Amino acid sequence: MIAPAESLALENISRSFGAVRALHGASLVVRDRTVHAVLGENGAGKTTLMRVAFGLVRPDAGTIRVRGRTVTIASPAAAIALGLGMVHQHFSSVPAMTVVENVALGGRGVYRAKHVRARVREVCELVGFELDPDARASDLSVGAQQRLEIVTALARGARTLILDEPTAVLAPREADDLLGMLRRFADTGGTVVLITHKLPEALAVADDVTVLRHGQTVLAQAVGAVDSVRLAQAMIGGAPPIETRHERRAPGAIVVATRALGVRDARGVLRAKDISLEVRAGEIIGIAGVDGAGQHELLLCLAGRLAPSTGHIERPADVGFVPEDRHRDALILDFDVAENLALRGSGAARGRIAWRPIRTCAAALLTEYDVRAPSADTRVGTMSGGNQQKLVLARELESRPPLVIVENPTRGLDIAATAAVHDRLRNARDGGAAVTVYSSDLDEVLGLADRLIVMFDGRAREVPLDRDAAGRAMLGAT
Amino acid sequence: MSDPISDRARSWIGGWRQVRPSLATGAAAAVVAFVSLALLWLALRLAGFDASLALGALWRGSFGNWYALTSSTFVRATPLVLTGLAVAVAFRAHVWNIGADGQLLIGAAVATAVGLAFGTAPAWVLLPLALVAGAVGGGCWAAIAALLRTRFGVLEVISTIMLNFVAVDLVGYLVRGPLQEPSHAYPQSNPIPAAMHLPMLIPGTRLHWGFVAGATAAVLLWWGMRSTAAGFRVRAIGANADAARVAGRIDVARTTTNVLLLSGALSGLAGAIEVCGVTFALYENISPGYGYTAIAVALLAGLDPLGVLGTGILFGGLEAGALSMQREASVPSVVVTAIEAALVLLLLALSRRGSATSIISRFAGARLPSAEEPS
Repeated sequence: MIAPAESLALENISRSFGAVRALHGASLVVRDRTVHAVLGENGAGKTTLMRVAFGLVRPDAGTIRVRGRTVTIASPAAAIALGLGMVHQHFSSVPAMTVVENVALGGRGVYRAKHVRARVREVCELVGFELDPDARASDLSVGAQQRLEIVTALARGARTLILDEPTAVLAPREADDLLGMLRRFADTGGTVVLITHKLPEALAVADDVTVLRHGQTVLAQAVGAVDSVRLAQAMIGGAPPIETRHERRAPGAIVVATRALGVRDARGVLRAKDISLEVRAGEIIGIAGVDGAGQHELLLCLAGRLAPSTGHIERPADVGFVPEDRHRDALILDFDVAENLALRGSGAARGRIAWRPIRTCAAALLTEYDVRAPSADTRVGTMSGGNQQKLVLARELESRPPLVIVENPTRGLDIAATAAVHDRLRNARDGGAAVTVYSSDLDEVLGLADRLIVMFDGRAREVPLDRDAAGRAMLGAT
Repeated sequence: MSDPISDRARSWIGGWRQVRPSLATGAAAAVVAFVSLALLWLALRLAGFDASLALGALWRGSFGNWYALTSSTFVRATPLVLTGLAVAVAFRAHVWNIGADGQLLIGAAVATAVGLAFGTAPAWVLLPLALVAGAVGGGCWAAIAALLRTRFGVLEVISTIMLNFVAVDLVGYLVRGPLQEPSHAYPQSNPIPAAMHLPMLIPGTRLHWGFVAGATAAVLLWWGMRSTAAGFRVRAIGANADAARVAGRIDVARTTTNVLLLSGALSGLAGAIEVCGVTFALYENISPGYGYTAIAVALLAGLDPLGVLGTGILFGGLEAGALSMQREASVPSVVVTAIEAALVLLLLALSRRGSATSIISRFAGARLPSAEEPS
């Protein structure tokens, strides 16, 4: 059998951002008609490498070949012209526009809705998608928005699809469907580059795998020639850290209780419906659900950040809250460490702020929570994601609140930082706090939780700690 | 604020946030001032004026002699410093109060009305009463914008500009109607009682105590923004309103309202001081656009209250010098407006050089990942 020709090749790519060397000498060779997984920890340079391929970032050095021809890709438009398509981690469709309008964006000449609609239908049929061409993007579920991104790329003639962590936002079954579709796309002549940090995914669907670490390619092989242990070692450059085991004690008194709780989001849509639950001291309640199932509003309400629209809630005044989007909701990136610590409770503060004790306390917390920052005067925006998240945890857990609410606590963190965060949460539980954790990564929820609650369409249901049962419940099956 | 309109406003005007007070900004300001003066010299030469004479007149009429400095520059700087502080404190909170001029006019009108109504009261009652009334008047005028913003989601950028026009017409009506002098010959009010005049700070000059009020306000605000919980809230909602609300549990709408009230009160105080220290009556065009120049004053100062004191005096000097430039070298005084604009533009260009990409990515919107950023 003749080996398929190469579709996309990036060789010895280097790129620095200021003093940070995001890539130095990274290479990736993707064979035609294959699914190629690009693995690596957060910050390993996966996304930067793909942005180089898509013309979003200019490499400082290195060559790019598309189907054997050396090219310079100066812009996404040039990448699209070369038959590349990219599906970003954060979707880039226009929420107020319909599917057809979104697909037509970036086109030239006269816009004829009929033609574009036909093209959308054709592409959907080709890859086996269901997508209403006239639905508004803002009305689509997360999975459908992602399908829209893929359809847009294909409608523009992409033969090589680059997907950045596409399964991160999906429920397990949706993720399986997507991976199946990608496999079919490759089998029918397309090429897929799949950026991921999930090993099982890569092993299940990919033909080849490339592992990046610290901006360099450390492994490039056919999937058949490697196993998960080998890949994990390549990713982190050593043996994975072991999370400390904790003895579970019997839970204590009820800390938070809701009865027939209903919560509306900022736009007035009823997101969480008729929720009755209790969380006790000394237990971790895990919450699972696909994006938009109401868990976000429920957690905001439990944390006292959103008033319930119906029903009743009893909760302590002091809540440690780690919101999902730390850059938006948890930290002020332009402020320094001490100011960010002072942010907690600043809404009710009066009079003068005693900065000196706050700075002393901040320095102590940095040590205690292993936050790598030069001093309490460090601007938070210059710190790494892992250190930012540890800072948020330090701030929220420091007063030993009786209730701790956490959303996607390890999003964007590497394995070591993830282990540290998990440890802190278990410590809080062992210290007698009632902890509620939501993560879009079901395995993370299962790993942390003592009890599991699955949200579907705004309703909550307690489900045994079992991956299959939880996965089914996330999609509404009983 | 979570309402989508103001989020959008924050992102498109939010670039101002990038201007930070620092030593580097101060150095840049000096360079920029020098460059703009050099440009001015060149422009005057090209336009056929005696450039050296004109610049000499500019200097003599502003900082070059004691009388000009005290009676012209500092007097002119007083309303600029107070309205500049009003704009700086609001912009720091990402509250876009463009209405300092209208708030100043209302402050002047209310102070005049109070003075004329209680003309027989002793000075120690009348003067503080008039100043407080002016501040309250300006605050109330800004409260309209605050109400529109928090209740109806009307952007304060729009409402405060519109309220400027309303204030101009209102003052025009007052000086032709209820407050007009008894002979009905001129569109102006009666002179305010002498008891209401601000005492002079330095005998033999026209410098009144209002200048001290402006300087004191600058120091107080500088301290308050750094060291008080209220000042922290103002900075926090400006730097990241979402985090302020979610992590800090700060009532963003309330803080916004308070900032607008404070901003309006400072502008209103500027108007009252102008009436009690300079004009001694209410005129239709009592403000030559102080509240608009104030935006340049605040931005040039990097929104830092102490910096506003400096830039306010600088602009006061430029405007004072412009008049003597017109007298001595026949150069139209409006060229100074061009210098002021050039100063701000140059400084913004300098101070944003390093952060151009981050601004572009802000403009490109939160949904597209920014191109130049390590993953």
